[in-house]
Amino acid sequence: PGNLASVRHIILVLSGKGGVGKSTISTELALALRHAGKKVGILDVDLCGPSIPRMLRVQGRAVHQGDSGWVPVFVDREQSISLVSVGFLLEQPDEALVWRGPRKNALIKQFVSDVAWGQLDYLVVDTPPGTSDEHMAVVDALRPYSPLGALVVTTPQAVSVGDVRRELTFCRKVGLRVIGLVENMSGFVCPHCSECTNVFSKGGGEELARHAGVPFLGSVPLDPELTRSLEDGRDFIQDFPDSPAFPALSSIAQKILSETPVGLS
Amino acid sequence: MEEVPHDCPGADSAQAGRGASCQGCPNQRLCASGAGAAADPAIEEIKEKMKTVKHKILVLSGKGGVGKSTFSAHLAHGLAEDENTQVALLDIDICGPSIPKIMGLEGEQVHQSGSGWSPVFLEDNLGVMSVGFLLSSPDDAVIWRGPKKNGMIKQFLRDVDWGEVDYLIVDTPPGTSDEHLSVVQYLAAAHIDGAVIITTPQEVSLQDVRKEISFCHKVKLPIIGVVENMSGFICPKCQKESQIFPPTTGGAEAMCQDLKIPLLGKVPLDPRIGGPRSAWAPSRVAPGAPSTV
Repeated sequence: PGNLASVRHIILVLSGKGGVGKSTISTELALALRHAGKKVGILDVDLCGPSIPRMLRVQGRAVHQGDSGWVPVFVDREQSISLVSVGFLLEQPDEALVWRGPRKNALIKQFVSDVAWGQLDYLVVDTPPGTSDEHMAVVDALRPYSPLGALVVTTPQAVSVGDVRRELTFCRKVGLRVIGLVENMSGFVCPHCSECTNVFSKGGGEELARHAGVPFLGSVPLDPELTRSLEDGRDFIQDFPDSPAFPALSSIAQKILSETPVGLS
Repeated sequence: MEEVPHDCPGADSAQAGRGASCQGCPNQRLCASGAGAAADPAIEEIKEKMKTVKHKILVLSGKGGVGKSTFSAHLAHGLAEDENTQVALLDIDICGPSIPKIMGLEGEQVHQSGSGWSPVFLEDNLGVMSVGFLLSSPDDAVIWRGPKKNGMIKQFLRDVDWGEVDYLIVDTPPGTSDEHLSVVQYLAAAHIDGAVIITTPQEVSLQDVRKEISFCHKVKLPIIGVVENMSGFICPKCQKESQIFPPTTGGAEAMCQDLKIPLLGKVPLDPRIGGPRSAWAPSRVAPGAPSTV
């Protein structure tokens, strides 16, 4: 029982490394699942750097108290995507949340237990980089609800793969199944001459997936239109189906949908 | 995994045991600003230790993946080009220690001596310390809560035998949390010259960087300036420029003007920097910071 009782599937988006695109992948996954007719909630537990409100053009909104708990912010009129982020609790957008671990843990527990998420097909949980307080707190709080697993995001270069290896160990230690690994920022196609340059090196994600024995879900190339969409809070999945980033993002959503067919609880 | 009580504010903190009352406590802001930890004897010990360190520079961001570690490494190399300058690079990213890999020092081990831990020396005048050197496997995860991370940072500052150092560069993880508070608190009596803040041009980074700047103001940490990394990409084939991370809200330039903070420089995206170590260009990458210091 509790506020997550009517949430069918919970997916954590992890990395270990910062700046690889966890929030981007979380947002695009939510948008893609919405386009597949699903109701999606996003829980942003990056308390120091909450990126998602802006990515969905709901920065400045507020979370309200309702009868059964905090009411999440709805991103659209149809209420098909709801979002909870510390971003909504800050008085000023540039205010820094300078909190030590224990206080962060307490808020994360509240985000899980005190938000009236209602009926959701999916809850996507975006996390900050690392393997520390936030990660332990959210895994502990979600454990009773048997999350579907983790999507782990990396970029191709060694310095990312190095951190993500450690994150995979974290998943193993806390008993969190890895749904698959995504390699983001995988090459950049020059818009002027179409030459593809491996800006952040190449191949690291696929190799890591092989080494760790986890499914490789695909490579998402760098696309400035994707960056711009996120900056403006636009629906990239709807607006840019011809983008080179679209196939990989779409296949991640397909993987999730295929693992969670309707009719099986 | 570490079993630390959820409401513990930190074993090293003067607030130890009062954690449960921290919620809603009127002193909470005081604790967050570090005043509560002033009783920690380590602060004086670190002050003594830091007497042989002339300049201390923190490399911060708030945002992950903008190139803090890359910049820290380049700055360290740039300063160490003069063999009479002693440089120390301290990596306090406990969960994601990137510095050993970036410096080509993976697999190196730290040694204990009579005077403390010896840093790993890349050159005679460039010493490095990172939790990465204490891990036995690249798959080892450091799954530590705040208090344990703080303890490690204290040890790095108090127990490492840095020797006579002209510049101590401290690379930090993203965020505004335990590691950042701890390094500022532990160095409180030892005087930090200031922080170099790294960002990339797009708003999703600037959003976090403004918080980091706000953190610096809160803890009275001087800001040396901002570096905008991944600022434009020149296609190696056609030589035309693209903005992979577009400065949708004016980039670091607009933010620095707005907040009246120096913009130290802009560094373009160069695939060679993301790749193997062979492509060092320290003087190109770190033009502003050494001269400002």
